[in-house]
Amino acid sequence: MVDITPADAVPPAEVAEMELYHPHSWWTKYVFSQDAKVIAIQYSATATAIGMVALVLSWLMRLQLGFPGTFDFITPEAYYQFITMHGMIMVIYLLTALFLGGFGNYLIPLMVGARDMVFPYVNMLSYWIYLLAVLVLVSSFFAPGGPTGAGWTLYPPQAIMTGTPGGQDWGIILMLVSLILFIIGFTMGGLNYVVTVLQGRTRGMTLMRLPLTVWGIFTATVMALLAFPALFVACVMMLLDRALGTSFFMPAIVEMGEQLQHGGGSPILFQHLFWFFGHPEVYIVALPAFGIVSDLISTHARKNIFGYRMMVWAIVGIGALSFVVWAHHMYVSGMHPYFGFFFATTTLIIAVPTAIKVYNWVLTLWRGDIHLTIPMLFALAFIVTFVNGGLTGLFLGNVVVDVPLSDTMFVVAHFHMVMGVAPILVIFGAIYHWYPKVTGRMLNETLGRFHFWITFLGAYLIFFPMHYLGLMGVPRRYNELTDMTIMTESAHHLNSFISIMAFMVGFAQIVFLFNLIWSIRHGREAGGNPWRATTLEWQTPQTPPAHGNFGKDLPIVYRWAYDYSVPGAKEDFIPQNVPGSFAPSREPA
Amino acid sequence: MSVILVFLLVIAGIAGWWLSHQRLMTKPWLEQGMAGDFVALDRSALPTAKIGLGVFLAVVGCLFALFTSAYFMRMALSDWRPLPIPPLLWLNTGVLVLSSIAIQCASLAARKGQVDMVRLGLATAGLTALVFLIGQLVAWRELSADGYFLASNPANSFFYLLTGMHGLHILGGLVGLGRTSVGAWNGAQPQRLRLSVELCTMYWHFLLFVWLAIFALLAGWASTLIDICRGLLT
Repeated sequence: MVDITPADAVPPAEVAEMELYHPHSWWTKYVFSQDAKVIAIQYSATATAIGMVALVLSWLMRLQLGFPGTFDFITPEAYYQFITMHGMIMVIYLLTALFLGGFGNYLIPLMVGARDMVFPYVNMLSYWIYLLAVLVLVSSFFAPGGPTGAGWTLYPPQAIMTGTPGGQDWGIILMLVSLILFIIGFTMGGLNYVVTVLQGRTRGMTLMRLPLTVWGIFTATVMALLAFPALFVACVMMLLDRALGTSFFMPAIVEMGEQLQHGGGSPILFQHLFWFFGHPEVYIVALPAFGIVSDLISTHARKNIFGYRMMVWAIVGIGALSFVVWAHHMYVSGMHPYFGFFFATTTLIIAVPTAIKVYNWVLTLWRGDIHLTIPMLFALAFIVTFVNGGLTGLFLGNVVVDVPLSDTMFVVAHFHMVMGVAPILVIFGAIYHWYPKVTGRMLNETLGRFHFWITFLGAYLIFFPMHYLGLMGVPRRYNELTDMTIMTESAHHLNSFISIMAFMVGFAQIVFLFNLIWSIRHGREAGGNPWRATTLEWQTPQTPPAHGNFGKDLPIVYRWAYDYSVPGAKEDFIPQNVPGSFAPSREPA
Repeated sequence: MSVILVFLLVIAGIAGWWLSHQRLMTKPWLEQGMAGDFVALDRSALPTAKIGLGVFLAVVGCLFALFTSAYFMRMALSDWRPLPIPPLLWLNTGVLVLSSIAIQCASLAARKGQVDMVRLGLATAGLTALVFLIGQLVAWRELSADGYFLASNPANSFFYLLTGMHGLHILGGLVGLGRTSVGAWNGAQPQRLRLSVELCTMYWHFLLFVWLAIFALLAGWASTLIDICRGLLT
């Protein structure tokens, strides 16, 4: 269906421009701002700040695991609290908020050629409710009894019982309230991200001309809008169980010789609800990463993305499939074996679209003009790490292999590789890539390379040995192994080794934070389009983009987002808003 | 979890239908230029606010479908003792239907530009919705006076939870309705008034539908229906 009209025969604008909100004071410009770019930076800064808390918590856990008995203040209770808060913060308050709230807010309007999100006021509310959720979460550190130590999955009945830290104190209540607030705030933002992609696109920006970043964030947001209600339901019902004594999840139970007033509830019901949210959550984090990494690879390899249509279909397919695999987190919950068979099958089927994406990334690199810039390094590291994490996923997706491995460090290593390290690598790559657009300056190259190599190699040195420990049967969730005989002699010091690596990787992140702040003033001037990229956010008249993004007229899109190294073109990239055709089959101009 | 899966299947159907109209089979690398038929595909002709509300209603629907799923799963356990449905709920249902009819009248009047009728419809809808909420509170009091407390049985817990959640959504709708009414009395632009009345109407009808579903669920008809379906399938 090749259908080309001359570039100057552009039909007149049919849709009126949106009315843009104009701030009048410093407060409405920078604090209670309705500009998606400012909201994006607020989201990112808050997520990074709370992420640093989670990083410190992981250090504390590694101190205990690496050198058990050395640090008196890390009691078993404290250790559980660290685990819980680390997991919850990293998965929800950092990764979800940063990918969707941060990158979504910044990139969607710019990439689709809109002046702002379609409901800017709701968008602003979204951030403030998110901030409130974070503050409630942080307040639990200072509540009597401390934060909850129920594990990030918050399984009842233990989550709300006396033996668990925070179970009968404020910890669990604050955690549930914080999650409920987060979901309300996210829904407000999510409506914006979805409807902006549907309705805010500039002329010529058909769905199949969207950069894959937008596809990834869009699909992930749709999934999040449908999956977070499950967590909401679970949180509300657990809150009622804890605060008002209902028995949605609480079975009849004796605690310290005393019969509790609960009775008849089903902890499995909670697990179903939790994982109905929890598994899509993995892809809510992964799909934006997939999208962003596709754009990074294409831009820095100066080559069009291989199999664009397949990439789009795979994103949509993964999104749909991820709703029917949740019970693979529950193989050891005593489910019917046929259920396990069903969920193992659906789980393994997801490998097909995912593998398509990996092949396409590799084929994009094939014979590309690869520039080993820092974003590219992170993108390459992501592919390797994601494949690694995905392969152990094949192990754990099979019921018979999962059952013996399910409570070992192997699982910890697997999910850290696939949904911890891999998306974080993309986030770093994306920050190095888009920082020049946000600030107008480049991040420092030397510090960046230092950050990359320490993070990438360090993450492998942390999590590779962890697989090995898991295969030997080292259990997860234990704050101390008193019986070392389950391990071979040579592995006895592995835990301390992992801990030292974890401190080094953590240190590299502090260097990165320094780089982020230092480069705002001292970085090299970037210019409008330092990576010579095609997508619309690099074509703004000002850098950083001004309020309203695109000057007087919105850009008009004439081509897809991946016209790199087109034969016959003057330069090795053609921005999306440049008219004229340079089809590969045509004579060089 | 079958209720939520059926719900998601419906959503997936709508999404699939929409995607199938987006020419996902095109080869964007071959299509430069500003082809005429691209423009028509750019946006939907529906107002953006309506699409936004539609997406939001899908999320709310998802929420209630999940509550329903949890309801059925919890119901299968042995300690479930259904509670009698207060007859007052029938009256409340009638009031909520009235509310929906009133707002539909307001919507029709807004289309014709009759501001007086819009005001009358909005006021009636708001008042009846308030009456509905008060009626629900009275039903709660009746139940607890009869000894059906929140925590004494899971059936009771779900009754309070579902009606409470629905009530909260009505309250939120009343805020929106209040803003629309302020516009209607202060002489808002007819175009704008019509849009906001239509948004309220969508939300009202949706909440009426949710209420009917919840009512059927709590009264036990929904499980009878599902039993019949199961019987037909096996």
